[in-house]
Amino acid sequence: MGSNTTTEVLTRNAILKQFKKKTPMQEIMIRFVRNRMAVVGIIIFAVILFCAIFADFICDYDTMVVKLNVAERLQGPSAAHWLGTDKSGRDVFARVIHGARTSLWIGFVATALSLLIGGILGAIAGFFGKWIDELIMRVMDVMLCLPEMLLAMAIVAAMGANVVNMILAIGISRVPRFARIVRSSVLTVRGMEYVEAARAIGARNGTIIARHVLLNCLGPIIVQVTLIFASAILAISSLSFLGLGIQPPAPEWGNMLSEARENMRDFPHLVLAPGMAIFLSIFSLNLLGDGLRDALDPKLKQ
Amino acid sequence: MIKYILKRLLALIPVILGVIFIIQFILYISPNDPAVVILGVDYTPEGAAQVRESLGLNDPFIVQFARYVLDLLRGDFGNSYVTGEPVAVQLAARFPNTLILVVVSMTLCTILSLPIGIQSAVKPNSWFSNITAALGMVGIALPTFWLGLMLILLFAVHLEWLPATGSVSLTGMILPAITLSASFMAGTMRTTRSSMLDCLNQDYIRTAKAKGVSHHDVIDKHALKNALLPIITVVGVNVGTQMGGSVLTETVFSYPGLGIMLTNGIKQTDTPTILGCLVVMAICIGICNLLVDIIFAFVDPRIKSQYSKRG
Repeated sequence: MGSNTTTEVLTRNAILKQFKKKTPMQEIMIRFVRNRMAVVGIIIFAVILFCAIFADFICDYDTMVVKLNVAERLQGPSAAHWLGTDKSGRDVFARVIHGARTSLWIGFVATALSLLIGGILGAIAGFFGKWIDELIMRVMDVMLCLPEMLLAMAIVAAMGANVVNMILAIGISRVPRFARIVRSSVLTVRGMEYVEAARAIGARNGTIIARHVLLNCLGPIIVQVTLIFASAILAISSLSFLGLGIQPPAPEWGNMLSEARENMRDFPHLVLAPGMAIFLSIFSLNLLGDGLRDALDPKLKQ
Repeated sequence: MIKYILKRLLALIPVILGVIFIIQFILYISPNDPAVVILGVDYTPEGAAQVRESLGLNDPFIVQFARYVLDLLRGDFGNSYVTGEPVAVQLAARFPNTLILVVVSMTLCTILSLPIGIQSAVKPNSWFSNITAALGMVGIALPTFWLGLMLILLFAVHLEWLPATGSVSLTGMILPAITLSASFMAGTMRTTRSSMLDCLNQDYIRTAKAKGVSHHDVIDKHALKNALLPIITVVGVNVGTQMGGSVLTETVFSYPGLGIMLTNGIKQTDTPTILGCLVVMAICIGICNLLVDIIFAFVDPRIKSQYSKRG
């Protein structure tokens, strides 16, 4: 009799568990994991992130990445140098690994900067409307008339080529994109009842924007963050390739490509590795962004 | 119609002025001293003060801005700090090259990606559609300059079919144009595909099919015409981005265009050259946006009717 009741309770729990409503977060996770391309993207990106974080444990910076070693210059792939060496005898594999750290780190800071500025501007424009909106969005429209690459180049031209200025250049040139997306998200949320309710109980504008409005338009912002992160990584290597970003001997994929150009004819492996690294980081972030968009907003998916 | 075009044309002026303002302001707050660039080894404090005075660099920013715009209206872009020659001469020599490159690559991009996008929307789950979608994902992520280097390795070094350096000629143009158009092709293809898919799911397509319109006509007249607007927008935006992208492509192929001029200008902190290149590119992009708006008016009867009613 006693054992019978236990089984009954157990079955009931199992059934209940089966029918228990999943939280929105769980549903998003499930949709994301079902998307094969998104999973591929996140795996590739995790590997790159791992390399960036543990670069010092994989290869020593001082002896392999930046030290001149003319005796071993321009070697092909071997056991000692997995991807060969460049024209100064530096290990290409080590430089690619440490390049990941440079790109991801700068890309992250630049994206965070543009999210911060663009988010604040977009939220103000969308929330207050009227002339503030008009003013901010006109300036953003003018900035959008200049391609991001050119705007970044103008900023680097004015300030000089170094890491801080590159972060500023890449961050500022992507502000309009964030401002627009945050503004349009805020506009859709602004009229909701819960915003009105928050105002009714006496919440201040800043609190309403941060706690009630922005939190409810996180989805499109997160997607945009991954895509802009990808474009920032591309911009870092583009600027460095032109000689306007990270200068050698510091390891960066773009300046590695630029240096490898001279010897490309005889040593094609020098251009293959850094290029693949750039491609894979952008590719994985794009897949991740697309996957997140589909997972966060299933209505968009056809 | 003319009223609409005029209105757009007028709206272009504050945008271009705004762009010039932003670029000039960025360069104005720069810590670089033009006098150092101009005088070089002959630098003396007195000489520098004289140079700054003669260039009007001591004037307030607004005065400098107004002077630049007024000079611009007369076609005067100022003189290069490095060579002392008028920037306009250099611009006139190089701008056509960049324009040709962008036009060729735009054409290439459009004539290839439109049919592919349409075809993959008509048969959304076919192998063709899947392969082109995968190629599109790869194409968007390919860094322009790396693709250029790889193409040089393959076609110029290995196969020796095409020259490694770009020039304004049939063979010299092929590799730069492919490089420049690759990533935009992927974007245009994706937009075409999704825009077409949207239209093909509409009720009027079903109606058209039901009343016996041929498959060909359904795609051409009913779906494509309605799907065109987002596609035109993307193509228009691409022109601007290609202007930016041309900087990298030109560097890879040593193509004699604005991009290399701009990069060199930045390396030598030659402000008038930088300003000139950026302003020309910005005006170009502004005109492109204007063209897109005008094409919109022709394609979208809603805009046309709005203006014909009023007069």
